[in-house]
Amino acid sequence: MRLVVLFVAGALGLVTIASFVTAGWDLPPVETEQIGYRGTGMVIHKDAEDEAARRAANVLPEPFEAPDGSGDRAGDVYENVQVLADLPQDKFDHLMLSITEWVSPEQGCEYCHNVENLASDEVYTKVVSRRMLQMTQAINADWQPHVQETGVTCYTCHRGEPVPADVWYKDLSPKAQPGIVGYRADQNVAAQFAGLTSLPQNSLEDYLLGDAPIRVHSQTALPTGENENGVMEAEHSWALMMHISESLGVNCVACHNSRAFDDWDQSPPQRVSAWHGIQMTRLLNTDYMLGMTSIFPDNRKGPHGDVFKVGCGTCHNGVQKPLYGQSMLADFVDSLGQKTETSVPDFSSYQPGATQVLSPQ
Amino acid sequence: MALLSFERKYRVRGGTLIGGDLFDYWIGPFYVGFFGVTTIFFTVIGTVLIIYGAALGPTWNIWQISIAPPDISYGLGFAPMQEGGLWQVITICAIGAFVSWALREVEICRKLGIGYHVPVAFGFAIFAYVTLVVFRPLLLGAWGHGFPYGIFSHLDWVSNVAYQQLHFMYNPAHMIAVTFFFTTVLALSLHGGLILSAANPGRSRTNFRERAEVKSPEYEDTYFRDTIGYSIGTLGIHRLGLLLALNAGFWSAVCIVIAGPFWSKSWPEWWAWWLNLPIWI
Repeated sequence: MRLVVLFVAGALGLVTIASFVTAGWDLPPVETEQIGYRGTGMVIHKDAEDEAARRAANVLPEPFEAPDGSGDRAGDVYENVQVLADLPQDKFDHLMLSITEWVSPEQGCEYCHNVENLASDEVYTKVVSRRMLQMTQAINADWQPHVQETGVTCYTCHRGEPVPADVWYKDLSPKAQPGIVGYRADQNVAAQFAGLTSLPQNSLEDYLLGDAPIRVHSQTALPTGENENGVMEAEHSWALMMHISESLGVNCVACHNSRAFDDWDQSPPQRVSAWHGIQMTRLLNTDYMLGMTSIFPDNRKGPHGDVFKVGCGTCHNGVQKPLYGQSMLADFVDSLGQKTETSVPDFSSYQPGATQVLSPQ
Repeated sequence: MALLSFERKYRVRGGTLIGGDLFDYWIGPFYVGFFGVTTIFFTVIGTVLIIYGAALGPTWNIWQISIAPPDISYGLGFAPMQEGGLWQVITICAIGAFVSWALREVEICRKLGIGYHVPVAFGFAIFAYVTLVVFRPLLLGAWGHGFPYGIFSHLDWVSNVAYQQLHFMYNPAHMIAVTFFFTTVLALSLHGGLILSAANPGRSRTNFRERAEVKSPEYEDTYFRDTIGYSIGTLGIHRLGLLLALNAGFWSAVCIVIAGPFWSKSWPEWWAWWLNLPIWI
């Protein structure tokens, strides 16, 4: 019986230590959602308190009174309107007001404008905003397989902040020790862009900038030599999946039946949305963010000089459908719902404080 | 099966927990007892129900037969037989059979006047099973969180439940359990190897035509003292083995009962406490 006493004491001691040092335990009740046949473990858990906090963080801002579309063409009324020139003046003003509320509520108009001359492009954020308007239009017009009719606005990502809270960049921290002992192949630390796992730190570059193959599965139980993917490829792929899961506040089974990760027929339909989302995010980074690298100041770049990039969490912010699927697009269909002017200026020619008009012409 | 002459000495009446002398007899080599009867009772009903469930199902392929628990929407209530009710009754039968077997072991221990180490150890296995199909579903609020009774299907369940929290190997109790499982195997293989080496010493060193004498425990102790400076001893190794094995089962139960009820996010994220300790600059 001494054995039992010893065992119980040891077990209790370990449990106590573990629960003391970690303050973050959840407690029942847990909200569970069954998304597959019973008994398959296809279940999504959400702690009730965490879920309530997320709901509170995703309340839509009060909209301004919707314009009726009166007034002249914005391009005729104002100077240097490149993307939204055909918008009626009141809708244009309404959008400007909304953008200020969505992106720079504290800094106000002057975050992007020289208030002495609103038409001037001398503040770099104005040039960025213009490109972001084109990006938002492209998402709503071209990426309906991912954003559906809900669409996105500036608020989907910005949430009242000039820089969206969830962006990614090259991460080489902590600095590796010199020599062969310090070599860790950019992994084996708590990777901030891979859900705090020890998986590779910069895998998002492979998939959300490059288009490395994500599916690394073999189709046979035993190796045949046909699949050249090894553990490294699987770990890179898994790191991307960690990013997606953390960004959406979901688990792996939200999109996969883990008995056959690669099999579309056994996967929940959400995986199709996610597939389109990956393609979309890659395009947003390569076509929109990378091109503007030269105009961003250092404090708007990562520690290694690369521009902040879009990830899944940039829009989703920990929720499976951004803003719980509430659409803000209704008042902005004319401005953000379709592509208008899509040409791109030469960003490398931009001189902050000097360039008055940066246009593709 | 013939009863060995010396076995009569150990086959004594009494020691039963329930039923007095009623079931206090042997069938061949097997002690019956009240709990032997209940074991058979639950086992037969449970097995028949599994076969019935298999007959209702789409396949007789032994690997693919599966008796699934109810939908989560049934919560902690009873489900219709063909929609998980079968799983609920089979679970009751399984627990009935396992507990009966443990109590039958207790009765045999009492007859022999030995400690209850074996039934206690078996109790840990029962505890792990009950944690999976009763405690955790209770905490999560639905019987549907139990695992399905099927060879492949329960493996698919294990896989998906692990991926419910992104990377189950970051579950701290799972780490402890796995460590105990591996250490159990290490200890057993060291112990087995040592005993066999003392019992099979090979040829005599002085006369190669003769076999050497089987060595005593002093040789076994000396082997480990020479190797690692310490021998836990002949009784101690069995204490250690039991301690390791029971911890493996116990921490398995802990690792699954905390997965969901007490931590609903990803397991890698649990370790944020380490990153947030105030010791980092």
